[in-house]
Amino acid sequence: MFGYYLDLALRSLKRHRVLTGLMVLSLALGIGACITTTTVLRLLSGDPLPQKSDRLFYAQVDPNAKEGYIAGQTEPPATMTYVDAMFLLHAHRAKRQAAVALTSGKIAPQRANERPFYSDGVQTTADFFGLFDAPFEYGSGWTAADDEGGSRVIVIAGFLNQKLFGGANSVGKTIRMNDHDFRIVGVLKPWSPQPRFYALDLGGHDYGGDGDAMFLPLKTAMDLKMGPQDIECYNAVTDVDNLAAAPCMWLGMWVELPDQAAVADYRTFLANYAKQQVAQGRFSRDETALLDLMGWLRDQQVVPDDVRLQAGLAYGFLLICVLNTVGLLLAKCLRRSREIGVRRALGATRGAIFGQFMVEAGIVGLVGGLLGLGFAELGLFGIRHQPAEYASLAHLDLSMFLFTFVVALVASLIAGLLPAWRACAVAPAPQLKAS
Amino acid sequence: MEIRPILASLSKHRIPTVLIVLEIALTCAVLCNAVFMIGQRVSAIRLPNAIDEHSLSMVGLSGTDEKTAGSDIPRNLAALRGIPGVQAAGAISTLPLSHNNWGWSFGTSPDVSVFDKKTVNFSLFFLGEGADKALGLRLLEGRFFNADDYADSSFGSAPLPETHVTLVTHSIAERMWPGQSALGKTYYTTSHYYTVVGVIADVLRPNIDGPGEAANYYSAFFPMSAEGSKGNLRRYVLSSAPGDRDRVMRAAEQKLDELNPNGVTKSAIYSDMRDQYFADMRSMAWMLVLVCVVMLAVTAFGIVGLTSFWVGQRRQQIGIRRAVGASRSHILQYFQTENFLLSGAGVVLGMSLAYGINLYLMRHYEITRMPWYYLPVSAIALWVLGQLAVLGPALRAANVPPVVATRSA
Repeated sequence: MFGYYLDLALRSLKRHRVLTGLMVLSLALGIGACITTTTVLRLLSGDPLPQKSDRLFYAQVDPNAKEGYIAGQTEPPATMTYVDAMFLLHAHRAKRQAAVALTSGKIAPQRANERPFYSDGVQTTADFFGLFDAPFEYGSGWTAADDEGGSRVIVIAGFLNQKLFGGANSVGKTIRMNDHDFRIVGVLKPWSPQPRFYALDLGGHDYGGDGDAMFLPLKTAMDLKMGPQDIECYNAVTDVDNLAAAPCMWLGMWVELPDQAAVADYRTFLANYAKQQVAQGRFSRDETALLDLMGWLRDQQVVPDDVRLQAGLAYGFLLICVLNTVGLLLAKCLRRSREIGVRRALGATRGAIFGQFMVEAGIVGLVGGLLGLGFAELGLFGIRHQPAEYASLAHLDLSMFLFTFVVALVASLIAGLLPAWRACAVAPAPQLKAS
Repeated sequence: MEIRPILASLSKHRIPTVLIVLEIALTCAVLCNAVFMIGQRVSAIRLPNAIDEHSLSMVGLSGTDEKTAGSDIPRNLAALRGIPGVQAAGAISTLPLSHNNWGWSFGTSPDVSVFDKKTVNFSLFFLGEGADKALGLRLLEGRFFNADDYADSSFGSAPLPETHVTLVTHSIAERMWPGQSALGKTYYTTSHYYTVVGVIADVLRPNIDGPGEAANYYSAFFPMSAEGSKGNLRRYVLSSAPGDRDRVMRAAEQKLDELNPNGVTKSAIYSDMRDQYFADMRSMAWMLVLVCVVMLAVTAFGIVGLTSFWVGQRRQQIGIRRAVGASRSHILQYFQTENFLLSGAGVVLGMSLAYGINLYLMRHYEITRMPWYYLPVSAIALWVLGQLAVLGPALRAANVPPVVATRSA
C-alpha cells in the first residue's frame, strides 16, 4: 500500500510543480535557518568538560559593603580577593582547588633578528591542570612548593612550543618572558575548552582561539607585577601594586568535589567562613555561592544574547514556513476533492486517504529537509565568515544532521495533518454528482 | 465595493483563511521586532564621537621599560612627528571603543565614599602632551591642559592619577551639575579630587552600552607626564590627512620598532578600530535584514499560492459574474479587497503579537521598549506586500472569459 501512496504522491507533486517547489523551498528555508541557529546555540551552550563538569564548582563570597545588599537576592561578585582565595586554597577542603586570573606576557624570540611578541596567559596554582584535565604532551604542571616559593616555572601550550621550539620536547629549556627567565616544566597538547569556562568574568574572550599560550604560578606573576586582566575594587585603594592586600577582587576560585556529601560539606565550610569574616568585621554580607560548572555558565549567561535571539527568530520563521506549507497543501488537496471522491467511491477507506496525503506531506518534508541541510551548510559557512569570536566553531555534527531530518519530518507531518484530515473527511457523493 | 460577498466566501473557506491570517500576523510580529532590533544596531553603529575619527591612526607600544618612559616617550614622539604627513602626535592611555577600560566612580561632594549610590562611573583617559591635538578633541568651554598641568601629573601607588585638573565631556557636565556650568567645579572620590578646567564635546568610552544611553559618553581626561606615567601611556595617536593614514601608520610602526627593539608594536587606523568594535553588531543587523527579506518572500509566495488556488477553484463563478455584467476591474477589485481584509486581520493580530514579543524580549534580554511607530509602519509594509502578491493571481482571474460560465467544470 505504501508503494502505491508513494506513487500517487509523486504523481500529484509532479502535476503541480511550481506549488510543490514553493512548499519545499519554504520548508527548506525554515529548516535551514533553524538548523543553522540551533547548531550555533548548542555549540555555545555545550559542556566544555563533559567528563567531570558535575564535579567542578565555582566558589564565591562577597566582601562588598552593606549598602545595596538585599539578603538572598544580591548575588556575590564573580571574583575574589587574594586574601579569600588564599584562605580557601590553603584550607584544602576540596579534592583539588585552584585560583585563576588571566594575564599576558611578552615573550622573547628564540632566534636573533625576530621580534618579541605578546601571548595570553593564565596565572594560577598547582592543581589547575589536574582540576581541569588539561592534557600534557611533555612534562607536567608545577608543585605546591613552586606556588609557595614563586618559582620561575612555566607551562606552555603546544602552539607556543611549536612556534618557539618547532614542537620538540622543550621541558627544562628556558624562555624569556617579560624580561625574566622561566624554566619550562610542561607542554600542553592542544587544549581550548569552549567556552573558556575557567576564565569567565576574568577578562578577555569566552569563545574561540587556540587556548591560552602559557600558565605560570600565581605568586610568580604577582612578584613580577604581571597584573591580572580585570580588577574590581570595592574600597579605596592606596597601593594598587600590592594586590595581595588591596581591597580588590580579581581571582576566580575553582574546586573539585567528588560527591554530594563533599558538596554539602564545602557549602557549610564556605558559609561558616563568610559568617566568621562578618563576625570579624572584614565582611558585611554573609552571602556565598557554590555553582557547578554548567550552573556557573548559565549564571554568567555565557551564550551571547544575539545567538539566543537568532535561534528564537529562526523558530518563529520556521513556524511561518510551516503555516505557509499547511495553507498550500490544504488548498491543493481541497482542489482534489473529486479525485478523493472517486477513490472513496471505489472503496478506499478514510484511513487510506489520510495515509496517502500524509505520505505526500512526508515527501515534501524529506525533500525540504535535504534542501534545508544545504541551506544550513550555507548558513554555517556564512557564520564561519562572521567576525564573532565563536565563528570558527560553527560546524554541523552528526546529531544535528539527524536532527535536521527529525525537524523536517515533524514539521511536514504537522503541516500535512490538517490537509490530510480535511481530505479524508470529504464525502464522496457530492463530489461524484458535481461531475 | 461590496464586502459582504467576500466575507461570505471567506467564511466558506475558514481554514485556509485562518491560516493565511495567522501567517501574516506572525510575519508582522517578527518583522516589527526584527526591524526594531536592526534600528537599534544601526543607531549604535552610527553613534557620534567627537574626535577626528577619519584622520586618526594609532600605534600601541608595550613591553618597554617603564623606568625610562620619561625620555623614551618624548624621543618616540619626536621621531613620529618627523614622519612626512603627520600633523600631530601624542601618547594616550586608551581610545574610545578600544575595549581597554579604566573606570572609577566619582561624586560631587567631598565626603563621598566608594559605596555611595550617587556616584557616577567614568572612563578615565590619560593624555600625554599633544594627544589632545592629535585626537582632535573639541573644546566647548574653558581650556585644554597647559604645560604646568602636564608637568604636575603622575601616577603614585593609587589607581588614580596624581593631579587636580580634568577635562570632562558635555554629558558628564550635564549629569554631575545639571543646568550649571561645570567649569571650576570639582568631583571627588575617597582619596582624590579633580577640578574641571574644560568641557569638551562628547567622546565615547572604551566600552559602550546600547544606543541612547548618556553614560556612553562619561569620559574624563587627565594630564599625564611621560616620566610619571608608569607604563600607562602606551598608545601613540597620529593625525594625518585621511589618504595618508595607511602610510603614516606603517612608517610610525617601523619607526617605533627601530627605536624600541625590546618593545612590541601593534597599529591600526582608527576607523578600522571602530568598525571592528561594531563588527558583531553589523553582522547581526545584516542577518536580521536577510531573515526579514526571506520571511517576506515566503509570506508573499504563500499569498500567491493560496490566491491562485482560489482563483482556479472559482473559475466558473468568475465566468458567471463576468457573464452577468461584471467588468474585469470588478473581478480584480474583488481579489484585491479580499486580500486587503485578510492582511488587515493579520496585521491587527500581528501588531498585538509584536507588542507581546517586545515585552517578553524586554524581560529576558537587554532590549528596550519598541517605539509605537514600528507597528503601523510594519502593518503598512505587509499591506503593500499583500497587494503586490495578490496582483498576479487577481489579474489572471480578471482574464477569465465569460464563456467559462457556459462550460461544465
